[in-house]
Amino acid sequence: MAAADKAPAMRLSFVAALRDAAVTALVAFALFLPLVGFQTVSDFRNELVLVTHGTILFALVAVVAVARLGYALAVAPWMRRRALRPARTAAPWRVAMERYVIPFVIGIVVCYPAIVIATAGMGRAVKWIDNFGVQILIYVMLGWGLNIVVGLAGLLDLGYVAFYAVGAYSYALLAKTFGLSFWILLPLAGCLASFWGILLGFPVLRLRGDYLAIVTLAFGEIIRIVIINFVDLTNGYAGIGGIPRPTFFGIPFNADDDGFAAVFGLEFSPIYRTIFLYYLILGLALLTCWVTVRLRRLPVGRAWEALREDEIACRSLGINTTNTKLTAFAIGAMFAGFAGSFFAARQGFISPESFTFMESATILSIVVLGGMGSQIGVAVAAIAMIGGTEIMRDLGFLKSVFGPTFDPTQYRMLIFGFAMVLIMIWRPRGLISTRAPSVFLKERKRIGADLVGQGHG
Amino acid sequence: MSQGDETLLRVEHLTMRFGGLTAVDDLSFNARQGEITALIGPNGAGKTTVFNCITGFYKPSEGRLALRHGTASAWSRLEALTDSGRRSLPGADGALHLLERMPDYLVAQQARVARTFQNIRLFPGMTVLENLLVAQHNRLMLASGYTFAGLFRVPTYRAAMRDAIDKASAWLDRVGLLVRADDPAGDLPYGAQRRLEIARAMCTDPVLLCLDEPAAGLNPRESGELNELLLSIKADGISILLIEHDMSVVMEISDHVIVLDYGVKIADGDPQAVRNDAKVIAAYLGVADEEVERVEAEVRS
Repeated sequence: MAAADKAPAMRLSFVAALRDAAVTALVAFALFLPLVGFQTVSDFRNELVLVTHGTILFALVAVVAVARLGYALAVAPWMRRRALRPARTAAPWRVAMERYVIPFVIGIVVCYPAIVIATAGMGRAVKWIDNFGVQILIYVMLGWGLNIVVGLAGLLDLGYVAFYAVGAYSYALLAKTFGLSFWILLPLAGCLASFWGILLGFPVLRLRGDYLAIVTLAFGEIIRIVIINFVDLTNGYAGIGGIPRPTFFGIPFNADDDGFAAVFGLEFSPIYRTIFLYYLILGLALLTCWVTVRLRRLPVGRAWEALREDEIACRSLGINTTNTKLTAFAIGAMFAGFAGSFFAARQGFISPESFTFMESATILSIVVLGGMGSQIGVAVAAIAMIGGTEIMRDLGFLKSVFGPTFDPTQYRMLIFGFAMVLIMIWRPRGLISTRAPSVFLKERKRIGADLVGQGHG
Repeated sequence: MSQGDETLLRVEHLTMRFGGLTAVDDLSFNARQGEITALIGPNGAGKTTVFNCITGFYKPSEGRLALRHGTASAWSRLEALTDSGRRSLPGADGALHLLERMPDYLVAQQARVARTFQNIRLFPGMTVLENLLVAQHNRLMLASGYTFAGLFRVPTYRAAMRDAIDKASAWLDRVGLLVRADDPAGDLPYGAQRRLEIARAMCTDPVLLCLDEPAAGLNPRESGELNELLLSIKADGISILLIEHDMSVVMEISDHVIVLDYGVKIADGDPQAVRNDAKVIAAYLGVADEEVERVEAEVRS
């Protein structure tokens, strides 16, 4: 009986899928006809000639139609079946595994330079440690810092890069002018950044949602434009070069006799500085993570999350929401300041170009992609976004597919935009969307994203 | 002072205007210590506005809202406090607070007036236990040395945290939600959310608990349980100010009823007296046509 019913139903769904594919093909044809089908080129007399690309046009339409048919016949039913399946509780082995995942990952990250040197050799390792290790860790740290403001306190901040800039310029200017060491300037840069964080916090305290986002965006631009125009102090567009590099407890990383390599009886190589920078940023990132995890379990962290959930209820419980918001801004900015001074020390050169809105957007998308409030999610998202960008710099093999004129870096943003759209369809609340409670009586149960607030501002 | 008695909260000439609309007009009443005072009235009478003024969410256009901690003799310093321009006046017989001078969070923190909301305002994405810990924020903040000592988990903070969890558990037990302590508050059924909101307000250690329609949306059994809970809170010596539509709740548990209509007080007394008051009946049930003018004239006078 059931089997007999199933056959016509399937035929019906096949017909529906065909019709769907045909409609999609029609839409694709209408779109591609002007975009791909016709091309105007100037001929040898410099006259415009219309060239038609019939084959490519129909190939594209066919690809779209077949893809749509495949989706309607295979993917969509599978997704429907999956949605109907009852939710499974995690298997015991997975629960047991999850406990060891974090120590394992930290172990890998700590051994990363050694692994890279062993596999790629000393010469090539610098690039891998610097481009993948250090670069990703800077963004992991920035993501964790912004996570305090956006993920925990629910305050949408589009100008986070301003504090990164404040940190970088604080280090660069103070180190060059007063010759202070990196270790003194690191906390100082953090303090200055958090001071600016509070300064931004005050005027925007009453703003929420879109309005807060616009004002923070403007604040980020103000800082950048002040840096550009305050030429006497910041050297404007030309930037600041020759920034002192961090030393290994007073021992510089250079080829001199009192340099790092000479002191430890090693052959000089730039890799030692890179490895040192790697562990430095790793330490800073882990500090950010540790502080954030601790803060979440303290009253101030719970107040941030309560603020994200319901500000009026917070006030009715005697929580000073002004101070609570300002601490979130200040602490988030402080970590950006740390990261900024590290950035300046690593690059040796900074200019306003490094602190554009694009950077804020990248950091914010790391936080959103990772799942607001989730430490692990943010780290994974930073690896995917920044690591992905770096990988796409050298995808030489794509040239053999798309021809020698193909430049993969040109398509980076396109591919990223596409990946972002896909992830937001698949996981609208980020990679890790559930919230772990900060305290529990008997059992720590994760809270589903549908209940957790996203904040109003 | 005319009140040498057990007055806890004095509302004097409270007026609240929103532009041209006068939501509360020259309202005066007292709430006595250890009693349940009910504020009733038809929809739009201005009850929630009075609540928002008392809890600092609105700044009243006019009037004085005075609350005392400690003994009744503190009232003798009321005029001194009013003239001093300060928010509160500590003293040997307990502090005196002027609520209209305080921002909302200080009303809860220093004057220790807790409130619930007409439309429940829990933290839905936080667990039931976390909700009650947020309510103990100020004490825990102090114990954590404003976060700095707490970062290193000093023993005093850990002890304070244990106390806070014990207190939260005790309240959860009292409202029958202990088994759901680790569930998100947003997952609780409606009646349980109402009870949790009351427990959360009680975790702030209030002297006055303001409840805005706590029985709204409850079935008769839940409403009965609520009555018992409120009476047990009253037995602890906490005074309650209540806005309620459910007459079974009001008449059964309140000691003192104030009736508002169009922002004006039309009756003030014990439940029995209010129930038989002609003006109250007119406001609630309406009156026959020939009586309208007479009653309206009476109301205006």
